[in-house]
Amino acid sequence: MSAELDELYQSIILDHNRRPRNFRVMDDASAHAEGKNPLCGDQLTIWLKLDGDVISDVSFQGSGCAISKASASLMTAAIKGKSRSEAEAIFTKFHGVVTGAHPEDAASMGSLKALSGVSRFPLRVKCASLAWHAMHAALGQDEGGTAAAAAPVSTE
Amino acid sequence: MSAPRADFPLLAAQPSLVYLDSAATAQKPRVVIDAIRDYYETANANPHRGAYKLSGAATDAYHGARREIARFLGAADADTLIFTRGTTEAMNLLATAWGHQHVHRGDRVVVTRMEHHANFVPWQQLARDVGAEFRICELTDDGRIDMDQLRLLVTANTKVVAFGHVSNALGTINDVREIVKIAHAIGAVAFCDGAQGAPHLRVEFDALGVDAYAFSGHKMLGPMGIGGVIARRALLESTHPYQFGGDMIEFVFDGDSTWNTLPHKFEAGTPNVEGAVGLAAAVRYLDGIDMDNVRAHEVELTRYALAQLATIDGMQLFGPAAAEARSGVVSFNLSDIHPHDLSTMLDVDGVCVRAGHHCAQPLMRAIHQTATVRASFYVYNTAADVDALVASLRRAHARFHAHAG
Repeated sequence: MSAELDELYQSIILDHNRRPRNFRVMDDASAHAEGKNPLCGDQLTIWLKLDGDVISDVSFQGSGCAISKASASLMTAAIKGKSRSEAEAIFTKFHGVVTGAHPEDAASMGSLKALSGVSRFPLRVKCASLAWHAMHAALGQDEGGTAAAAAPVSTE
Repeated sequence: MSAPRADFPLLAAQPSLVYLDSAATAQKPRVVIDAIRDYYETANANPHRGAYKLSGAATDAYHGARREIARFLGAADADTLIFTRGTTEAMNLLATAWGHQHVHRGDRVVVTRMEHHANFVPWQQLARDVGAEFRICELTDDGRIDMDQLRLLVTANTKVVAFGHVSNALGTINDVREIVKIAHAIGAVAFCDGAQGAPHLRVEFDALGVDAYAFSGHKMLGPMGIGGVIARRALLESTHPYQFGGDMIEFVFDGDSTWNTLPHKFEAGTPNVEGAVGLAAAVRYLDGIDMDNVRAHEVELTRYALAQLATIDGMQLFGPAAAEARSGVVSFNLSDIHPHDLSTMLDVDGVCVRAGHHCAQPLMRAIHQTATVRASFYVYNTAADVDALVASLRRAHARFHAHAG
């Protein structure tokens, strides 16, 4: 068995793929955004509920590969209860790790560290970051004071 | 009997590579690469332009290639072979030039559910532009065109039936002659997308009866950026040009212009001579193997692959069950593993397959899949490649299901 695949498909990734957390539609969301990857056909929606500056609830639904689904699931756990700027800071750090630009940050990312193996597979970075781009778009949408959907984001 | 791997420099340089994506693009034999180098080293000039000998040599190389490729595809009238960048440009040529001239409001355009986007979207957009009906013929459960439905769909107001010779996503070989018969019975034209046909089956254009047949060079061992369409002479002669510029004109007056003869009328600008020369070398190579042997080899590999894949737990195969009904294309999904995860795991074992919607989203919706994995075979593949695919799939399955609970 290949070591790089062991790192990419860790048990926590396979577990979140099989049993994604916060996998539901949110009816009373403050904002939501769609992320799609036209080449793969991956498609997911992120819903956010904001209490002032705090993300009090977050959920997602959609279909995609194990990496995109596990990343979305882990993201919901990581940003729930965080402020907008904290959530954006986690995204920035996460992006640096999965692209391989800042591998040293992996240790301080908690469960998200499980996705650091993606940096060995440049073709899969777009899968890992899909949910995060959608979250970023949803946050930007809510700043305008409207709960309408943000324009879909694409990682192609 | 397969072609020697040693004939293909990329495969020879990477002995452990298992290349199973020839439906996307084929690897190139050394004779093709050499032909392109030889053209640039001995005969390069702009064809048709100069009165000097070297330009004559380039012109001869270009039209010599056209004659060889036309003969390979069974067309006696070589000047009815129009070079394009490939099948995509060829279908756009037909839909844009022929389509806008002949399809009007209230007319009907018929395609099938298995079309590649390149033979679906041009017709869909033509129909939208002119206000024609766009109808899609559905498939049977085993991935064949529902011929009974096609007979009903091709009504008196139908102007064109556009269909693939072979499905790129399922491998299904369509009954070209029967489809032509249905179209011609009511006076419609039949245009065939041969991107997946010409590389694998003997094409006898003059006997098939289709009004146009498009192909891509890079899928049949030739270089990228060259392909073409063969069409009935009368259809080409009565169709307005597609692009304007050098080579395609006869006289340019201040107020209007007249057009050059075929094939020049549809080949504006400096042509892709290196592509034509490279593709001619490719068809000579295929002729050397003989297309009947190419086909027999692929049937044998496909039959073996279908049987071996079926032994894997959770395997879901798409398309006709019999190898004889397919070209060397096998499309599948394994358990609940997403095709992109499978493709990544196979890649680590050196196995190259395509994962995705195969530029056939209307088909993917019909078979209720967002994507599939596709393995496709060509002259250089062997049973050992199938064994490597199956072994790699078993490892991937074990990895994904080791933690299941």
